[in-house]
Order: sequence, then structure tokens, then C-alpha cells
Amino acid sequence: MAIAINTFKEAIRDKILYNLLFFALLMIGASLLLATLTVGEQSKIIIDIGLASINIFGALIAVFLGIGLISKEIEKRTIYNIIAKPVPRYQFLMGKYIGLQLTIVVNTIIMGIGLYLVLISNELRWGHSIFNVNFDIWKAIYLILIELMVITAIALLFSTFSSSSTLSAIFSIAIYLIGHLTEELKLIGDNLQNFILKETISLFYYLLPNFDNFNVKGRVAYGLEVSGTYLSLVTLYGISYIAVMLFLSGMIFQKRDFK
Amino acid sequence: MKRVVIKTENLTKVFKTGFRGRRVTALSNLNLEVKRGEIFGFLGPNGAGKTTTIKMLMGLIYPTKGKAWIMDRELGDVEVKSRIGFLPEQPYFYDYLTSNEFLEFYGQLFGLERKELRTRIKSLLALVGLEKAADIQLRKFSKGMLQRIGIAQALINHPELIVLDEPMSGLDPIGRKDIRDIILRLKEEGKTIFFSTHIIPDVEMICDRVGILMNGELVNVGRPNDIIDAKIKYIEIITSGIEREALSHLPDIEVSVHDAWNHVSIRVRDENKLDRVLEIIKDGKGKIISVIPQRETLEEHFIKKIGERRN
Repeated sequence: MAIAINTFKEAIRDKILYNLLFFALLMIGASLLLATLTVGEQSKIIIDIGLASINIFGALIAVFLGIGLISKEIEKRTIYNIIAKPVPRYQFLMGKYIGLQLTIVVNTIIMGIGLYLVLISNELRWGHSIFNVNFDIWKAIYLILIELMVITAIALLFSTFSSSSTLSAIFSIAIYLIGHLTEELKLIGDNLQNFILKETISLFYYLLPNFDNFNVKGRVAYGLEVSGTYLSLVTLYGISYIAVMLFLSGMIFQKRDFK
Repeated sequence: MKRVVIKTENLTKVFKTGFRGRRVTALSNLNLEVKRGEIFGFLGPNGAGKTTTIKMLMGLIYPTKGKAWIMDRELGDVEVKSRIGFLPEQPYFYDYLTSNEFLEFYGQLFGLERKELRTRIKSLLALVGLEKAADIQLRKFSKGMLQRIGIAQALINHPELIVLDEPMSGLDPIGRKDIRDIILRLKEEGKTIFFSTHIIPDVEMICDRVGILMNGELVNVGRPNDIIDAKIKYIEIITSGIEREALSHLPDIEVSVHDAWNHVSIRVRDENKLDRVLEIIKDGKGKIISVIPQRETLEEHFIKKIGERRN
């Protein structure tokens, strides 16, 4: 737990976090501007752009901080003195992961509140009651949060064995992008004749996280219902994926030499 | 209470480097025993394998071959780590923390209670002379201060064994003396200290035993005096008022004579011939001012050993 708190401290004293957070809030604010250009349906556009901003900037924060989680400890050699203490390696890893989750939760909530405020001000502008604001955006934000936790776990996995932060960042972002396109991937696979290619693609389809599951932005924007069952199923999916990632990270980390 | 605190058996580490996986042996077949309550100096030039050994003992890297025990537990035992204090080489710490926060963090890793921790931190900061820097961020520390706070964190858990990797490197003479004093004080408290260094006088002054490591191999272990004693280079006799004529009687003995002012310094390379030389001086009406055996220092010992190996 001491490690988790320390990681949180480190993250909130990191400049990159504030830069990204600033841009995210800027984007959310700008959605108000865009909304004024359209006729009607303003809140739909604000929700759409706002949630997308939270998602993208959240992912960037998750990847950059997630990659640095371990590699920075190794580069700065601060890790030597921790591993030599009576802390099992997997506990160190968990501490780091939890510390970063704390940071991400706080960030996402800040961005969520930003979006909420923008929506409220939009309603007020049209003389509507503030209770008109679609409360379901929090369901969408919750799912984004789970998605970010999965991304962090993937970034953590990369950073436990790769010695280059840049490479890990590229891989993690690639997985994030592909993860959003897995449905298309399956579609491509289904239409292929070549057996090997088809199987490889379907293997990727099952191995890579399906981030579309976490995406209910459209539904929320159009005011469609997001059921509790759906939320719990997707949460379960996310947690299982995280568990596997953390388990693999732990295994690699346990065997690693800190030269 | 077992007498042996650290024991290694054929401890070996081979690193693979580069794309082609070239194998580099950093340490080969190290057999070493460190006893309870002693200050053991692990001496060797840079790249000899000292840090590699320490990293293996601390569980940072895994041995390629061989075994090691710390307080009768095999390497990797987490419990035993709570009885060890460790200062890494050129410590890099979380520099965004203040001294207090920093020591608190490490104390928490050992599961120390908050209240106990507070008094412990106070006494440690006093021990290393950093009371005034309790609320200063580590990034504002000088190298000497970092080394001291590093020692403080190594002692936070009342360790029985303290492992210090190059605790005196990069420090000025006063800083080195401070660290030496701290080490001696810890020994008085009954702790075992294992430290690596390439600075020989530090070892000569405080170590009970020394192990000399070179190119990954342990070449000598013993008390610093034993290692030096065996090699008296020459005995220097300084005399005054000796008749110059008397000196001509000396050549049959292996000596060299330096004549300066009234003093003549005579170097005798063979101990057995010392009495004969002293007699000659007396006969020549010379006054003996001093007779000092000049020992080989570990420094020279080192250089010689390296030379022997290169040949």
C-alpha cells in the first residue's frame, strides 16, 4: 500500500499528467462551442465529443504513465532499493498498478465533472432544468474507466520486459487502436479464403481486448438505455482481462534481473 | 545465534550482452563467509564483480550457478530481508520526497508502526547528522547528504546485517571519515557490516577482514594486516653522523643509500640482514634515528595482483 500511495504521489507530481488533463478539459469545453454551430441536439454533440475526449486523453494518460511505471524505476535505479526490502516482487507490481489506478480514477472523475458542468451550462442556456442532463453519461464514463484499467495493465505488461519506453508506448497505443477495431478484424477474417490467415486473424480477435465492449458513447448520446446486466458483464470481461495481464506481468517481473 | 551471516558457494553470474548474446562472466565461483559482528570489506577495482555479488545477495539478480545463504536462509527469502539493511551503489532515490517522507516510506515497507517510526526517524537523522534537513526534498541534497540519508534508510529496520555498496565513493575525506565512524559505531552495536569499496585506506582502517575480488574471482581473503604483513617491502633506517667510510662496508648487503644533509637513509630489502646493517652503523659512529618497516599497502598489492593477472 505504501508503494501505491507513493506511485500516486509521483504521478500527481508529474507534468505530463497536467498537460493531458488540461487538453482534455479544453476539448470538453470546446464541444460547447461546436454545439452552438448546430441546430438542436446540442447536448448530443457535447456528450459525443466530451466522452470521446475523456476516452482518448484518458488512454494517453494510462499509456504514458503506465509505461513509465516500471521502466522509470529501472532507469532511475530506484527499484534496487525496493526489491532489496522485504517486499515480494509481485506486491511491488500490484502496488504500482493500484497507485496508477488511483491517479486514473481521480483524473477520469475530474474530466467527467468537467463534462457534466458543460452539459449543465448548456441546459441552463436554453432555460431548461439542470435535471435534464442525461445521467447515463456516468455509465459511459464508468466503462471508459474500466477500459483505461485494461490499457494500463497492458502497458504494465510491456514495461515489465521491454527496456525501451518508446517501443512500449507504440505497442500499447497500437493495441488500443486495434482493440477498438476488433469487430472489423473479425469481419475481415470471416471473409478471407486463406485458412492460415483466417485463423491468425481470429486468434488475434480472441487475444486482443475488444474495446468496443466498453463503448456505449453512441447509445448514451442518443439517450438509449444501458442495462445493468450489460455493465456487469463488461466489468467482468475487463477484470478478467486485467487479471491475466497482471498475472503475466508478475511472472515476467519475478524472473527479471535488475542489472 | 549462528556465527556465519553470509555464505556463498560457487556463486556465479554470467550476463548475456548485445544482440548476439555474448557471454560475460561477472562473477565466477565465489566462496565466501562473513561472520557475525565483523566488518567485512569487499575490495576490488571497478568491474571486478562486487556490485554483481551484492545484487545477487539482495535478490536483484539471480545467480547463474551456485548458492548463497544469508542468516541460513537461501537467497530470495523475503522474510530474511527484513533483517538486512541495504544501501545501493550511487543511490537513486525518489527525489520528490523530503527526508522525513523518504524514511517514512521505507519504514512502511518494513511494516513499522507510525509512532515507532517517528522516533526512529528522528534518531536516525541525528545519527547521520541531517536533523536540519528533515523537511527538505532529496533533489536539493548534495552527494554527501544523499549518501547519509541512504545509510539512514538502510538502518531504519534495526538490521542485523548491513550491506553497503560503495558507501564512500564520491565523498570528500571528512565525509568518508563520518561514514567510517558510523560503520564502527554499528559494529559496536553488534551488527555485521559487509561493504564494497575500491578505496583501500578505508578498508585498512576499519575492516576486520577483507576479501579481494578481481575480474570476478576472489583472490585473497584475510585480515588486512595479514595480507599486508607478509610483504614487508624494505626496512628504512635513517641515521645521522655516520662516517662515510663505514658505508663502504655495506655493499655486500642488499641496500640502497640516500645521502641528504646530515641524514643517510638506508633501505634494507632483506630482513635477516638488518642486524648486520645496524652493527655497521654503530661501528661507523652513526646515530640511529628511526627504523621503519615499509609495508606494501593494499593499493600496491592490488596493482601488483592486477599486473600478475595481466601477464
